[in-house]
Amino acid sequence: MQKTSKELRDIRAKTKLIFEKTRIMICCGTGCTSSKSDKILEELQKKSKELGANVIVEKTGCFGFCAKGPIIVIEPDQTFYEMVNIEDSEEIIKAVMNGTKVERLMPEEDDKFIQKWHELNFYKKQKRLALRNCGYINPEDIDEYIAVDGYLALEKVLTGMSSDKVINEVIKSGIRGRGGAGFPTGKKWQFTSSAQNDIKYVCCNADEGDPGAFMDRSILEGDPHSVIEAMAIAGFAIGSNQGYIYVRAEYPIAVQRLNIAIKQATEYGLLGTNILSTNFDFNIELRLGAGAFVCGEETALMNSIEGKRGEPRPRPPFPAFKGLFGKPTLLNNVETYANICQIILNGGDWYAKVGTESSKGTKVFALGGNINNVGLVEVPMGTTLREIVFDIGGGIPEGKNFKAAQTGGPSGGCIPTEHLDIPIDYESLTSIGSMMGSGGLIVMDDSKCMVNIAKFFLEFTVDESCGKCPTCRIGTKRMLEILTRITEGKGKIEDIERLEKLSKVMKSASLCGLGQTASNPVMSTLRYFREEYIDHIENKRCATGQCKTLTKVLIDPEKCKQCGICQKNCPYNAIKGEVRKGPFEIDQSKCVKCKVCITKCPFKAINN
Amino acid sequence: MEIAKKMINLTIDGKNVSVVEGSSILDAARKIDIDIPTLCFLKEINEVGNCRMCLVEIDGVKGYKTSCVYPAEEGMNVKTNTKDLIETKREILQLILSAHDKKCLSCVRNTNCTLQDLCKKFEIEDYDYDGEMPEAILDDASECIVRNTAKCILCGRCVSVCKNVQGVSAISVMNRGYKSRVGVALGMSIKKSTCVGCGQCIIHCPVGALTEKSNVKQLKEALVDPKKHVVIQTAPSVRASIGEEFGMPIGSLVTGKMVTSLRKMGFDKIFDTDLGADITIMEEATEFISRLKNGGTLPMITSCSSGWITFAEKFYPDQLKDLSTVKSPMEILGTLIKTYYADKMNIDPKDIYSVALMPCSAKKAEIIREELKLDNGLQAVDNVVTTREMARLLKESNIDLAMCEDSEFDAPLGIATGAGHIFGATGGVMEAALRSVSYLLDGTEIGKVEFKSVIGNNNIKEADIEIAGKIHKIAVVQGLLSVSKVLDEIKNGTSKYSFIEAMTCPGGCVNGGGQPLVDEYKASKIDYKALRTKALYNADKEAEFKKSHENPSVKELYKNFLGEPNGKKSHELLHTKYNKQDTYVD
Repeated sequence: MQKTSKELRDIRAKTKLIFEKTRIMICCGTGCTSSKSDKILEELQKKSKELGANVIVEKTGCFGFCAKGPIIVIEPDQTFYEMVNIEDSEEIIKAVMNGTKVERLMPEEDDKFIQKWHELNFYKKQKRLALRNCGYINPEDIDEYIAVDGYLALEKVLTGMSSDKVINEVIKSGIRGRGGAGFPTGKKWQFTSSAQNDIKYVCCNADEGDPGAFMDRSILEGDPHSVIEAMAIAGFAIGSNQGYIYVRAEYPIAVQRLNIAIKQATEYGLLGTNILSTNFDFNIELRLGAGAFVCGEETALMNSIEGKRGEPRPRPPFPAFKGLFGKPTLLNNVETYANICQIILNGGDWYAKVGTESSKGTKVFALGGNINNVGLVEVPMGTTLREIVFDIGGGIPEGKNFKAAQTGGPSGGCIPTEHLDIPIDYESLTSIGSMMGSGGLIVMDDSKCMVNIAKFFLEFTVDESCGKCPTCRIGTKRMLEILTRITEGKGKIEDIERLEKLSKVMKSASLCGLGQTASNPVMSTLRYFREEYIDHIENKRCATGQCKTLTKVLIDPEKCKQCGICQKNCPYNAIKGEVRKGPFEIDQSKCVKCKVCITKCPFKAINN
Repeated sequence: MEIAKKMINLTIDGKNVSVVEGSSILDAARKIDIDIPTLCFLKEINEVGNCRMCLVEIDGVKGYKTSCVYPAEEGMNVKTNTKDLIETKREILQLILSAHDKKCLSCVRNTNCTLQDLCKKFEIEDYDYDGEMPEAILDDASECIVRNTAKCILCGRCVSVCKNVQGVSAISVMNRGYKSRVGVALGMSIKKSTCVGCGQCIIHCPVGALTEKSNVKQLKEALVDPKKHVVIQTAPSVRASIGEEFGMPIGSLVTGKMVTSLRKMGFDKIFDTDLGADITIMEEATEFISRLKNGGTLPMITSCSSGWITFAEKFYPDQLKDLSTVKSPMEILGTLIKTYYADKMNIDPKDIYSVALMPCSAKKAEIIREELKLDNGLQAVDNVVTTREMARLLKESNIDLAMCEDSEFDAPLGIATGAGHIFGATGGVMEAALRSVSYLLDGTEIGKVEFKSVIGNNNIKEADIEIAGKIHKIAVVQGLLSVSKVLDEIKNGTSKYSFIEAMTCPGGCVNGGGQPLVDEYKASKIDYKALRTKALYNADKEAEFKKSHENPSVKELYKNFLGEPNGKKSHELLHTKYNKQDTYVD
């Protein structure tokens, strides 16, 4: 079944024809699947058959507009249907057959139906390079990947490029690691290529651990072959015949599609021995991680692949010289790989046209938190935070105001309003106390307490510290204890200095990135929201009411109409009183500040 | 010819130093006596950068780096003592202290604790952090080792020694983050694990998280019990180490002072385990000859190292036939005390409280072995006290060993040969055996035997000897990881050896788990194992008799009590059996 270049060309030409046909593409990524898109797919296929429709109904990867899922796009006219239900299936098929549209499922903007999905505000400022095939092809069909010029880059590399030339294109592209640290990818390839050893490894870091981040998951679910092809190219460039993809076991769909893709690529001879009749061999194995955040750190990841405890090793030796199983190892992140084939096909210079001077290309962000358009967005480097939050993200829901955005996950920092116009690139984000990270972007509205946010992230790092070095193991714990004290009104003003001192030692003395950056959420909130800390400490007050120990939920006796609704709804029996016998009162010893009563009171008589 | 290694020149704190390529910054610093603090570092055993105390600043390199693993590079300019580094390390210590059970006054490691030393060095005056303490788990079910997680600083030395030196891996780091702790699989006690009790974890622990299981209380009670006849025997290596506990230089041979101090403690008789060693040789050499002559199982492996026996029973139950059946010198002497000596003195063996002063924590488990019980159901040895424990006891009784006069062991179990003395060092048992084996076979002598390290492993040394006209390959192996390599060869049929000395601890008993602690920095400067070994060889040199078969007490014992070596009575009294030991069974 091994395919020759000519056979691949034939497959490409033949499969391209289906892109001209009517295709109903439904997102079967994790997000839409959780809203039963897999069942909708089955129903659509069933109805299509029953009604004798001449359409292709297929699963595809993430469109990014997760807030509107399940999403269906009908190609080739790019009709976008949002929040589709299983009951809509028949109507969708019939409309396609009649050449009409189901308007009620179409998005509306400014009182107009949006005809094509790229015309939505959400997509206007996006540039989908890494996500180019997500939402366009069936990730479980290698022919469709081949039809979008898949494995053409590998063919180009194997049949006409030297390894130096490949590396040179990657260097020219200016692409930097998308996993967080932003190390120039081409340089990394060059180092690993220069390391002398008979055995080398190519690894893919798919251990996406930032809370709320799902960039890598979506790429693996929507376009697994792009990563596999890029790894093979990397293998050729550095002189390796073995690849490992380290992926979280919590990503079952990604794992399943990777397995299918590896199997298909192997069947076509695009993995294995004598790839495309050259003397290049390359194989890929999956390694499932158990979900430890620290295993996203490159040396911890390698320990884990080796079957050891997932904890980082000191560097040097750097993985490029002594990595997995002690051999030179190239490790890139999923999103980095997803860009490689494009760079090879179109040239490094083409890629370098996108982005800023020091940060080239695009970046995928998982947009979450208090934002209207929760989802996955890919923007050119240099796009401002304001554009992402307001133009793409659609602003803050419930009429609230933007307070801060957290980039870089638990290792990043909170960016306040004053920096909304900062262009997103590696250096700018670092300069304001945050970091690019892998692409988690959590937006917070003005109802959020920043001390509590810092505490939340510290809780995460305390849980996820591997425990190897004392500055991280004990430092994060002590930091969390201090923050907890502050949020409970037991803080002292010296605690701020203590936090700063702790942060300094954690940064300078921790073994790996996790410990070195764990204090970023605290330091950035101290930098931009210091007054909130002082308010908690000196006035024992949390202005947002989020720190529950510091809040009291109270019933205003003037406004209370003695209806008893609050009492009925209180899950903790914390409200005293009888209907029409005087105002109700909250027993503070029982109240857990869940605030159900506040939302239920018809007279707005309860506040905190 | 060995190719000269490339030299690297660098500057540390303004001083120039030249080291061979591949050295770490820490190596280079130590070469010019700059003592960069460490808590976790153990050369070639635990080079992991855990503790962060050895951080240094390197010109042109971002962030602080752990000097223990960072390679020295040409032209490097390193600073180890900037104000900021000192402040950083003080803060690291504060963090470690905040998660450490600071009951220093009642800690067995008080005044002998690396963490405490560093706190002094960095002028820690108060504790800056309080907070939740890590879960305190006290595991004292083992006869040998007590683990206290409340004192553990997670440096990882014990885990690494257990795995990388002993190949036992009884302990590992489990859980994550602040819940991390050193523990045993399935949350079991170390007693049920693969632990062999060797105590290498204890002697490498920088704090008081690992100690030997103490039986000192029972000993004290026996000493004041008028009905008890309390005798003590002292192992070969203790005389070469116990002086250190009393401020004497490493390598001081204090046999006479030790005997006097024990007499002052109130022991009724002080006997010499080295005599037991001489008898071991008589039995073992005879057993070897008989295996040679009668086509018995070869190779034969020595059986005096207690941890090794447990290791074989837990890891190589199918190869127990390779072990010599001779009891350890301690058990042999213990047996003689409760039989020969009891008879001779007309004391009921039940009234004898038999103590052994040992360099070893594994011996504490050996004495309760069913296989070693005497016919009357008694244990041959009732209590094992380590060198460290005995030093503490002596100090408690205001006895300064260093100030004691010399005196002699007691008759009738107090005369030993040089062969017995060198049992305490790696290679000593083999050498002692070789001094007697040919004599016992055909009255000839094997001259000086030169051992050579096996390529790639200094812990396995081998030699060729000629016995009765035939060349035999023999080996001396130290450290259980290396022992297991030799055992694997035997298992797969590739072993070339006829006779193997197996020592649990690297260096042998001079470096046993019960020996005085030598701090890692000091150990990097002074080869304490070699110095203690040298003391034993000095004892050998001064000994009137060098060979076990020349020992008049040995002759007397065989003539009047035991009969022939490997004869019926000696087999009954001096040989034992081994049985498979299950691990991780509830």
